[in-house]
Amino acid sequence: MAVEDRVGADVDVPVGPVARGGGWPAVTAHWFVRYRRMWFGTAVSSFLAPLLYLVGMGWGLGRLVDDGAGGAGGVPYLLFVAPGVLAATALQVAAGETTFSVMGSIKWDRTYHGMLSTPLAPVDVVVGHLVFVLVRVALASSVFLAVAAALGTVRSWWGVLAAPVAVLGGMAFAAWCYAYTARLETDRGITVLLRFVVMPLSLFSGTFFPVDQLPVWLQPVAWATPLWHTVEVCRALTLGVVEPWAVVGHLAFVTLWLVAGVVVAVRVLTRRMVV
Amino acid sequence: MARLADVLPVPAGAGMARTLVERNYRSFRRTWTIIVSGFFEPVFYLFAMGVGVGALVGDVDAGDGRLVPYAVFVAPALLAASAMNGAVFDSTTNVFFKLKYAKLYDSVLATPLGPRDVAVGEITWALLRGLVYAAAFLLVATLAGAVTSWWAVLTLPAATLVGWAFASVGMAVATYMRTWADFDWLQLAILPMFLFSATFFPLSAYPAAVQGVVQATPLYHGVAMIRDLMLGQVTGGMAVHVGYLAVMGAVGTVWTGRRIERLLLR
Amino acid sequence: MTAGAAAPMIRARGLVKEFGSFTAVDGIDVDVMPGEAFGFLGPNGAGKSSTMRMIGCVSPPTAGELTVLGMDPRTHGAAIRARLGVVPQRDTLDEELTVEENIWVYGRYFGIPRAEVRRRAAELLDFAQLADRAGSVVEPLSGGMKRRLTIARGLVNSPSILLLDEPTTGLDPQARHVLWDRLFRLKREGVTLVLTTHYMDEAEQLCDRLVVMDHGRIVAEGSPRSLIAEHSTREVLELRLDTLDHAEHVGAVEGVAERVEVLPDRLLLYVDDGERAQSEVVRRGVEPVSALVRRSTLEDVFLHLTGRTLVD
Repeated sequence: MAVEDRVGADVDVPVGPVARGGGWPAVTAHWFVRYRRMWFGTAVSSFLAPLLYLVGMGWGLGRLVDDGAGGAGGVPYLLFVAPGVLAATALQVAAGETTFSVMGSIKWDRTYHGMLSTPLAPVDVVVGHLVFVLVRVALASSVFLAVAAALGTVRSWWGVLAAPVAVLGGMAFAAWCYAYTARLETDRGITVLLRFVVMPLSLFSGTFFPVDQLPVWLQPVAWATPLWHTVEVCRALTLGVVEPWAVVGHLAFVTLWLVAGVVVAVRVLTRRMVV
Repeated sequence: MARLADVLPVPAGAGMARTLVERNYRSFRRTWTIIVSGFFEPVFYLFAMGVGVGALVGDVDAGDGRLVPYAVFVAPALLAASAMNGAVFDSTTNVFFKLKYAKLYDSVLATPLGPRDVAVGEITWALLRGLVYAAAFLLVATLAGAVTSWWAVLTLPAATLVGWAFASVGMAVATYMRTWADFDWLQLAILPMFLFSATFFPLSAYPAAVQGVVQATPLYHGVAMIRDLMLGQVTGGMAVHVGYLAVMGAVGTVWTGRRIERLLLR
Repeated sequence: MTAGAAAPMIRARGLVKEFGSFTAVDGIDVDVMPGEAFGFLGPNGAGKSSTMRMIGCVSPPTAGELTVLGMDPRTHGAAIRARLGVVPQRDTLDEELTVEENIWVYGRYFGIPRAEVRRRAAELLDFAQLADRAGSVVEPLSGGMKRRLTIARGLVNSPSILLLDEPTTGLDPQARHVLWDRLFRLKREGVTLVLTTHYMDEAEQLCDRLVVMDHGRIVAEGSPRSLIAEHSTREVLELRLDTLDHAEHVGAVEGVAERVEVLPDRLLLYVDDGERAQSEVVRRGVEPVSALVRRSTLEDVFLHLTGRTLVD
């Protein structure tokens, strides 16, 4: 045992590096150790499901759309829908990794309580978790984009940047899902979030059809969501029709969502855990 | 009913499945928001597909050369698909949770109820929920102008049949699951059916070889059956769809009872 | 052990914790000295866990003074936590990880280098008698094993103080004894132990010194032996009578004992000589269904101080 004599120990001398703790990287490391054991199952939801949507919607439904209206947004439907599914996938993976796992860490297996009894602070817990989510979303987005490009849906080299943009949009949403879940007492609220926010966002943010098809009163709602901006930029990049100022505007808006979300998430978790 | 069950090669029961349905109803009264929210998923899809994509698609061939607006084409498919999703959701996640964590059936089987009662009770509950979903969706679809025939009333029992087929088999499959991660495999079976059973685009869009594969899947029969009813195109082919789903439901129900018996009464 | 020049590891003066209008801890004074095993004994809801969470720097005090390892939790929480080992009331293990992964991951929270964490994990698993389960996933382990793992995990940073909140609640008797044995070893090696419990046998076994808490206040303080000597008699005679209401029979034993407590199912007679009291009771014509003479325990101390039993 390495717990030799510390009777009357150096009471007021804080121990060197240990006093600061491992910081957020230690939290990220925890989530990766966990993920090692379950990555295979997530492969279905993060890689296969989006590809099935791309093929089902882009190719199958695309034939109807191309016959009926000659495509969407001026391009064949498959090319229209691919960046939409990319951004929606990032959003869904982000939501999936910041809901049940946050609730579980607070209430079920209570690993957050363990983390906070060490030198780690709530900000380390939130940031460490979100960095793990970032890697998950980045993986899912890159794989999807690579396959989508192989199917000929990416027309420009600008398209390479669509993956990081999708990740940014996903993370902006992840931070808010985190903040929302960290307040919940039961997982019912998560089902409500998935059904009434994630699902409609995925369908109506210009992913499967241009938002100008929506009723006029609904269009401003789409413009307010980070997903619509992400989809717009991803589509501009994969199609190679980049208007620099529009892109900067969209990205600034999404970044604002991300920063505000992280700040709120840290506050909410602190209020929940340090009482 | 109970007598008939006694002579058939099905697991033991006491004809008391309704008590389990009642128990689920009591629990439902506390979690109804969640379950009611499940109704919105097909409505969101109907709106996205019918209004959003429909404007791009125009009219679609709904089977025998009859052209219909896309919303009319897709609404029955969404009804069938939501009957499947609802049934699978309830019968797998719910039953898995009860088996593994809540240990509900251990206490149920300590009473006069038998494994057949558990199987029939849980499946009946899934069907009742499915029926309510279907009725609500039919109402919305009618208001949206996606229903064109009085035959559409029969989509309610038809959706219930689809629900039975998937709930019973889904519940049997749930008894084999070890962890929540196994549900990803189930998703792998459900999602392709959802997308490729002539739900969002007609069978004629596929190459001939693939058409055969699509026609072999259960959701294809559910979609075709409900679409024919909603469009008022009732023909002899309906018998094939009904037969396919009824056999699937019966097999699934017996299978589930057997599994419950093996797992809990050893 | 309590007196002396050494600075206390934990010092509280008038410590208060309120949740809204509810006062969980109502002005307590505590000194925990280096190397001692200090206990908070009290029933559920006495304020023990709230006190432990304040000492663990995860719950800011509402009022009063608190120093841990000479530092103020309000300003030096992280530095204090770096030198604490915490065994919470409910395990916070990651049940999807293996036994050793739980220790590695936890050690990384303290910023301990990877190689060092692995070396310590091996030692700690030996100590916790879990070496043969190192590679098993935690979820299916028994409650006693999970508890030992939580303790091993809490020692990964070689803490100066180990905080144990209800360490053996919910364990079977055998698992409790294994756990106590491990805690004795730690104590012998000089680790300061601070624990809460509502089991008087646990408090008597493990604690050098303890405070009895009730409704957020400290009602008595001392070593288990001194508390018994001060607040109870040497022996107790327990009488079960054939009656629906034991209170009716208090008159029949009047004068036999220093003090009589009435419980729903028995009478407790506090006396110095139990055998003699029993013959006296029989001489008076009282015929108990059963009679038992035993030593006084902390349970009796608590009953005397609060009029209630510890475990209800």
